[in-house]
Amino acid sequence: METKLKYIVDGTVLKLELSGDYLKYDDNAAIGGLYEAASRKNTESVEVQAAGLGEWDSTLLVILFQLQKISRSRQIPLRLRQLPPGLKQLLELAFSVDRKPVAESNETAGLLERVGNWGIATAEGIRKGGGFLWKTVVSFWNFVNGMSVMRRVDFLFALEDCGYKALPIVSLISFMVGLILAFVGAVQLKTFGAEIYVASLVTIGMTRIMGAIMTGIIMAGRTGASYAATIGTMQVNEEIDALKTMGIAPVDFLVLPRLMALVLTMPILVMWADFMGMFGGGFVGVTMLGIPFQKYWELSVNAISLNNFLVGIFHGLVFGVVIAVCGCYYGVYCGRNADSVGVATTKAVVSAIVWMIVMTGIITVVCEVLGI
Amino acid sequence: MTAEVQIAVKNLTVGYGDFVLLKDISFNVNKGDVFIIMGGSGCGKSSLLRVLTGLVPPQRGNFFIDGVDFTKAAPPVRDEIMQRCGILYQSGALFSSMTLAENIALPLQQYTDYSEREVSELVSLKLALVGLAGFEDFYPSEISGGMKKRAGLARALALDPEIVYFDEPSAGLDPISSKLLDDLILDINHSLGTTIVIVTHELASIFAVGSNSIFLDGETKSIQGYGNPNQLLKNPPNQKVYNFLTRGAKENA
Repeated sequence: METKLKYIVDGTVLKLELSGDYLKYDDNAAIGGLYEAASRKNTESVEVQAAGLGEWDSTLLVILFQLQKISRSRQIPLRLRQLPPGLKQLLELAFSVDRKPVAESNETAGLLERVGNWGIATAEGIRKGGGFLWKTVVSFWNFVNGMSVMRRVDFLFALEDCGYKALPIVSLISFMVGLILAFVGAVQLKTFGAEIYVASLVTIGMTRIMGAIMTGIIMAGRTGASYAATIGTMQVNEEIDALKTMGIAPVDFLVLPRLMALVLTMPILVMWADFMGMFGGGFVGVTMLGIPFQKYWELSVNAISLNNFLVGIFHGLVFGVVIAVCGCYYGVYCGRNADSVGVATTKAVVSAIVWMIVMTGIITVVCEVLGI
Repeated sequence: MTAEVQIAVKNLTVGYGDFVLLKDISFNVNKGDVFIIMGGSGCGKSSLLRVLTGLVPPQRGNFFIDGVDFTKAAPPVRDEIMQRCGILYQSGALFSSMTLAENIALPLQQYTDYSEREVSELVSLKLALVGLAGFEDFYPSEISGGMKKRAGLARALALDPEIVYFDEPSAGLDPISSKLLDDLILDINHSLGTTIVIVTHELASIFAVGSNSIFLDGETKSIQGYGNPNQLLKNPPNQKVYNFLTRGAKENA
């Protein structure tokens, strides 16, 4: 049966007659007209007659619910006649709220208040971050003095995870970066007939900074994110609370093994990345520039300077600390729901990358000043 | 003979930031009590437990454990007190990367000088006490929710604590597992004389195990009922307590 919302305004009474089926009813024009009629000043009461009502679903309930809300807000009577018991019961249920939400202030914070809030949040962030770093240093000091509760198995597990398991992805990306560096360099150097210097370009670039940067970015996305997600999930599952109430410092137990594993493996991974990058450069040198591999390799090895190599390794060491601290910090301070774990993971990766760039800038300036 | 007070809470205010959940509440937990902290959802039961276990500081007030002011105690003193407390969290809070044996061994390794063999024997005993003998090498992901809680209880009992706190022990358990856990709580209380503090709103558990209780009310942020749960049901101090203990029956008290 075709259903139509029929309503008339009889003097000051709005009469709504429900007949037929109201299933997935969506005649928005008729519904809007009904609400508008109920809201008019001269409407003093509303009557709903449901004698001919057939099947119905929530779409009809919504109409009656809104109608009742309008009549309540206007303090006019709403008479429901011959409404099916189920519909009537649901309508009563919808209005029998036992708890009201706390009214939120509609006032928008002023500029001064927003700046103040930002300042407070920043100060709190610095306090928390500084406190976390200090606890990490103390924990490391305790470890050196043999007073740490760090489990050897946790350290070995972390070492395995960020060690050889990371090699394939580090190898692939570093090979590709070396290849790209060589390719871009070759195109430019060819114009001067200096393509032989491609080997030096790739070697210096990779050993000085690119190997470390690429390894850092890979490890931030791979291991830093994993640290934040693992520790964040432990926070959600109350495991960190359990540690604290057992008197075990979460930093000793969760952060230290991960930090030490990354600090140990990052320089090694950087060295490997340097080698793979040079290898990628060699691929271009041999296939595109026609330089014999042995000659290319000889040129590359000659271009390695101890300074550049050690600066690259030092970058790796610093990046290891940055990635581990960012990953663990956001994990430990994660909220207590699944959504927070995702947020913590994202923040861990983004902040690790930002801090790596900041540290690179600082190290570069210091090296420049020291003439390294 | 007057009962010895083990936990004394004095004018404690609990909340987060500017938000106050409970204001100026005071109560005592006697040695050997099975003390229930009950109340509706969101009234601050679990937050009170987090304060009592030292996870968050109170906004105001103090609480004393065996006469020592926990809120003002130095960290080493707190650690010493916490060694005498065990906690069973709602989810069990077992470390997922460790076997049940490793989970239970952790506090023993942290605070005792027992040899590896002694630790292993104690772990087996604690697991047997909670009905999980033979599950030493299982990981938390390999056992059911009820078993996780039992294993969590075994860990909480590892150091033979004087006080054991339970956060919603029946949550997520079927009625039979819940009843078994209640029986286990009573067994521990009777056989070891352990003081038990339980945060719950499960009426069956409240009446089955509680020897003393407080009813927290989120609206007034205060204690609205204090006493044995069965006595509170017989002589409810107000309509809120009556409604809670009778699952919202409409009759007047």
